[in-house]
Amino acid sequence: MPSEQQPMITWYEEQFGAFEKSLNGGRTSEIHALRRKGIAAFAALGFPTPRQEEWRFTNIAPITKTAFQPSRQSADLSIVEDRIRPLLLAGAWHLVFVNGQFAPSVSHLAGLPAGVMVSALSEALQKHPNEILPALGAVVRSDENAFTALNTAFLQEGAFIAVRDGMDVERPIQVLFAAHSPGGPTLIQPRNIVIGGARSRFTIVEQYVGVSEHPYLTNAVTEISLGARAVLEHDRVQEESLEAYHVDSLQVHLRRDCRYTSTAVSLGGAIARSTIGTVLDDEGIECTLNGLLLATGTQLLDSHTAIDHARPNCASHELYKSILDGQSHGVFNGKIFVRKDAQKTDAKQTNKTLLLSDDAVIDTKPQLEIFADDVKCTHGATVGQLDDEQIFYLRSRGIAEADARDILTYAFASDVIGRIAVEGVRTRLEPVIHARLSRARTTEHARVHQS
Amino acid sequence: MLTIRDLHARVEGNEILRGINLTVNAGEVHAIMGPNGSGKSTLAGVLAGRAAYSVTAGSVRFEGKDLLAMEPEDRAREGLFLAFQYPVEIPGVNNSYFLKSSLNAIRKHRGLEELDAVDFLTLIRQRMKLVEMDESFLNRPVNEGFSGGEKKRNEIFHMAVLEPRLAILDETDSGLDIDALKIVADGVNTLRRPDNATIVVTHYQRLLNYIVPDVVHVLVDGRIVKSGGKELALELEERGYDWVRENNARATVAG
Repeated sequence: MPSEQQPMITWYEEQFGAFEKSLNGGRTSEIHALRRKGIAAFAALGFPTPRQEEWRFTNIAPITKTAFQPSRQSADLSIVEDRIRPLLLAGAWHLVFVNGQFAPSVSHLAGLPAGVMVSALSEALQKHPNEILPALGAVVRSDENAFTALNTAFLQEGAFIAVRDGMDVERPIQVLFAAHSPGGPTLIQPRNIVIGGARSRFTIVEQYVGVSEHPYLTNAVTEISLGARAVLEHDRVQEESLEAYHVDSLQVHLRRDCRYTSTAVSLGGAIARSTIGTVLDDEGIECTLNGLLLATGTQLLDSHTAIDHARPNCASHELYKSILDGQSHGVFNGKIFVRKDAQKTDAKQTNKTLLLSDDAVIDTKPQLEIFADDVKCTHGATVGQLDDEQIFYLRSRGIAEADARDILTYAFASDVIGRIAVEGVRTRLEPVIHARLSRARTTEHARVHQS
Repeated sequence: MLTIRDLHARVEGNEILRGINLTVNAGEVHAIMGPNGSGKSTLAGVLAGRAAYSVTAGSVRFEGKDLLAMEPEDRAREGLFLAFQYPVEIPGVNNSYFLKSSLNAIRKHRGLEELDAVDFLTLIRQRMKLVEMDESFLNRPVNEGFSGGEKKRNEIFHMAVLEPRLAILDETDSGLDIDALKIVADGVNTLRRPDNATIVVTHYQRLLNYIVPDVVHVLVDGRIVKSGGKELALELEERGYDWVRENNARATVAG
């Protein structure tokens, strides 16, 4: 751990001390032992630096230099509720958190079918401690890095979703994390647990939204484990405040004949780093990871994915696209491991980047490590700009140049957007993305005029 | 409608058009024929506003306005249409969305109300029949995965929806089999009106059997060297471009 980090480490240790005190009787519980391991691991590891390979392109100094205050129970949610309601998906179950705290007034969970549990993690821990405790940290190693360690240290709240064997959950489950921190830099650390029983089928929409432009840090950890032949569609939308920082780690453990699809759209955050790790731990699994990064201004958006083919006869498909404007910076790192055992693996990875300005930068790194000999693994990365001939074609039919660029940029993203499982997420994102693109253009325009 | 005077244009420093003079009136169909590299497509591109071409001299008036001063989208809004020799594939943008954006941009420019979804669909369904296109093409990405013939038909379909004052068909016949050629030609003929005009750019006479021109121009080395009636196309077909070239050379020497 670099010594210049010591003051910040001490800061979080002090925050941990205050947190411990607030827990009263909770300090002796099993879960608290896990938290203590978390803070110890955090202090030992320190925040990652660009000297570490995994963080080479991602300078998180603004995060490590800010003393974030762990969020506490917010008294008055009424201000943000009006901002949250329009975000709730029609026909879905809603589990909503504001600054990491469960917000029952905007959550809608009454009438969940038997065999489907959707609740705040704290509530689930109270009701079923013996079932849930073993699931914590089962998929994510708390000492994986400083962020998962820090999340574990303050582990208290998040989404808990468990679907029993054979259950087919018709309505999507929307988990919404809204952030509103006008009182200074806040640390919001959801810990989410998803357990899908054998042959269960369900859809989750995981969404992070900043409802006001203030600095805060979301540091989320999500653990998913699916039983044999389970099917999970997982839509993820990251729309944090542009002043905010977002770090999340999603780890997925898959068993025989599972089908897991994640489609992640990342738009928000001054710095956002998303890590996905999937382990294909039996045969016949199909794992699909789709992603879209849309960065403008000086945003830094980073996606790290890892697909671990541990057993034979599995398929993985990965499509990540980035649209970068202004002086933004995109990072894609896609690891695919094919273990010695994993014969007949079929893995395909595609990463495409559209640069809308001369100052935008992408660092893209496919990383395939293949130890089996009878496999089909392909990967491809392209980086390009809008096509002049396409722009001219649209203009020659009466479409203004700015609109032509907008149409083509959206078109570049459309195949990823088309893979979003829940239609309501898709239709809501469309104008959000258009607005972000035209806003980028307006800002760019203003900048040019000023200079 | 269109008056071109002494038009010179360059591509990457090479002078391709070397003094084009051409007048097209409402109600007329003009054919521009010429060998490969004579400047036919350059002329079409310059008129549509392709950025790669720089005009070094001359003028183009379209409906009394200075065409060369306009952006490509404004030329389209004023009623110019270029059917591309190589229609561009646009993955991710569906054909009907593109057409609707295009039509409404043009209507807005003309002070007309934008068409709503129902009126638009009624219009495009009717126009698709002109080129015998299947409705499934509406919801496919523009030109993506279309065969050569389907792309050309799609161009004429766009033209039928946008109803230009002046349409320029750039080698629309290339890559078409005889059935597709007839369909495309029938579409163009149906759209002919006393108040619009068409310029057909082609290498071969074949298309002109179906779209009968009022005037045929022969373009060689960046100049129109001969103009005549529809029979000129047949004569060219029979005697080849060398015949005009020789004639031209002789005329130049004599002149």
